[in-house]
Amino acid sequence: MSEHLIEIKDLAFSYTDRPILKRVNMTMSRGQVIAIMGGSGSGKTTLLRLIGGEVKPSAGHVEVAGQVVHQLSRNELFKLRRKMGMLFQFGALFTDLSVFDNVAFQMREHTNLPESMIRDLVLMKLHAVGLRGASHLMPAELSGGMARRVALARSIALDPLLIMYDEPFTGLDPISLSVIGSLIRRLTDALGMTSIIVTHDVQESLKIVDYVYFLADGAIAAHGTPEEVKGSTMPFVHQFVHGEEDGPVPFHYPAETYRKDLKLEVQFV
Amino acid sequence: MYKRIAAGIQAIGHRAIDGIWRLGCAARFFILVLLKSTTSFLRFGLVIREIYFVGVLSLIIILVSGLFVGMVLGLQGYETLQKYGSESAVGTLVALSLVRELGPVMSALLFASRAGSAITAEIGLMKATEQLSAMGMMAVDPVARVVAPRFWAGVISMPLLAALFSVMGVFGGYLVTVVFIGVDEGAFWSSMQNAVDFRYDIVNGVIKSCFFGVAVAAIAVFEGFDAPPTAEGVSGATTRTVVTSALAILGLDFVLTAFMFRGVD
Ligand SMILES: Nc1ncnc2c1ncn2[C@@H]1O[C@H](COP(=O)(O)OP(=O)(O)OP(=O)(O)O)[C@@H](O)[C@H]1O
Ligand SMILES: [Mg+2]
Repeated sequence: MSEHLIEIKDLAFSYTDRPILKRVNMTMSRGQVIAIMGGSGSGKTTLLRLIGGEVKPSAGHVEVAGQVVHQLSRNELFKLRRKMGMLFQFGALFTDLSVFDNVAFQMREHTNLPESMIRDLVLMKLHAVGLRGASHLMPAELSGGMARRVALARSIALDPLLIMYDEPFTGLDPISLSVIGSLIRRLTDALGMTSIIVTHDVQESLKIVDYVYFLADGAIAAHGTPEEVKGSTMPFVHQFVHGEEDGPVPFHYPAETYRKDLKLEVQFV
Repeated sequence: MYKRIAAGIQAIGHRAIDGIWRLGCAARFFILVLLKSTTSFLRFGLVIREIYFVGVLSLIIILVSGLFVGMVLGLQGYETLQKYGSESAVGTLVALSLVRELGPVMSALLFASRAGSAITAEIGLMKATEQLSAMGMMAVDPVARVVAPRFWAGVISMPLLAALFSVMGVFGGYLVTVVFIGVDEGAFWSSMQNAVDFRYDIVNGVIKSCFFGVAVAAIAVFEGFDAPPTAEGVSGATTRTVVTSALAILGLDFVLTAFMFRGVD
């Protein structure tokens, strides 16, 4: 067995007829922070769902810690998931539980720790995201950025082997943004885990990651270390890093021509 | 013309197949919930918490409705019975109507619209906001952790609420006929005591409300879990819970009554 925590081989997936992922290959090692970037709708969230075993690939496979995810039985999958954390794109906090209980959720479900220890652990996690004082609030009383940070605290609750962050930086002010960025880096280094960050925040993430994958058109369009990415002359990467509208990454979802959609044809002919 | 008729028939067929398909899904889901109920009983606190939400918070509407239904029964019963000079039998009328029919049926209808809709909306919203996915990713089964406790809370609350409904109804009937109209109190209670049989009336009433509880709770959790993860999806599912529950309650009531009270003593 290799030291790779995750191996993705020729992965393909589609929800309906339209293929979302066509042929994705990636490897990720322990102790790495990996960024996945790509246009909106390019399938980044879907890729995380595939790694977590929430949906099954139509071809290829994902291997986590030597196990092929989609071949696992339900019990084995749940066992594997105990070692994974996931920060959902929209937080997905449990709205009927307080901030404290949200972070404590997995500890109560999966461990027999005494309540006093759970309390200390939860407060530590909340402290790390700067929200120890908000532990008694309900999710509805949080701002968007606060909810996201609570969700982050919840996803690291059990110190998993692998954490997937779906856009951890959106909705954060510049200060919390760099705090959270370095938190992800420190956690990864301290616990020897692997972190996958899906993000649009190129500048911030290039500061903390070890490796970057660019997802486009259902496949990995480019990949490299932050230095390689910054120096890359590939038009695709250049467009992404500098946020230009024109380039190989289309801004528009595939559609009829604009004129046809607006029914302009008739008037002009 | 021919084509339109064919299309119409086809549409009916499609709806029938869809309906049966959903029924099958619901049945499978029901069995799944039963299979995953062990957590609910090992950690009964989860169920108790939900009993508070579906049962205790339904108390007011159940108690008030029971009181009014009993009062109306008392009035109407007295009105008719006194024509035949047998107004003392009004206690029997009130108690039997409540225990056999109105208690279980009315409280189940109220329960479906108060608690069933709330269960559907809550589970549907948890799904729409990815809370159920998140729970699954934390290796906690949402059917065992979220659905089953709500189901059992509904099943347990329903007979208790129906009993309270009947009690309040009898009290309402007493209030109107004895206190306000002046029917003899002794006659009211003794006719009731003579006519109501524990096994035949009360136990059958409780059995009915147990069936209704299972039906309403199963429909509510299924609709919530099956709801499309959007605002319209959840609102549609909530409406369906109330409508389907009402039909199920009334249909079941007929079947159960046919089995229980066939006029043979
Ligand atoms: N449940 C679903 N059913 C059908 N299609 C879906 C579903 N979820 C996502 N898609 C489609 O899959 C594609 C990829 O979606 P995904 O959520 O993975 O994108 P993304 O890269 O995470 O985008 P963003 O950066 O905007 O979050 C989209 O085009 C979307 O239309
Ligand atoms: Mg996404």
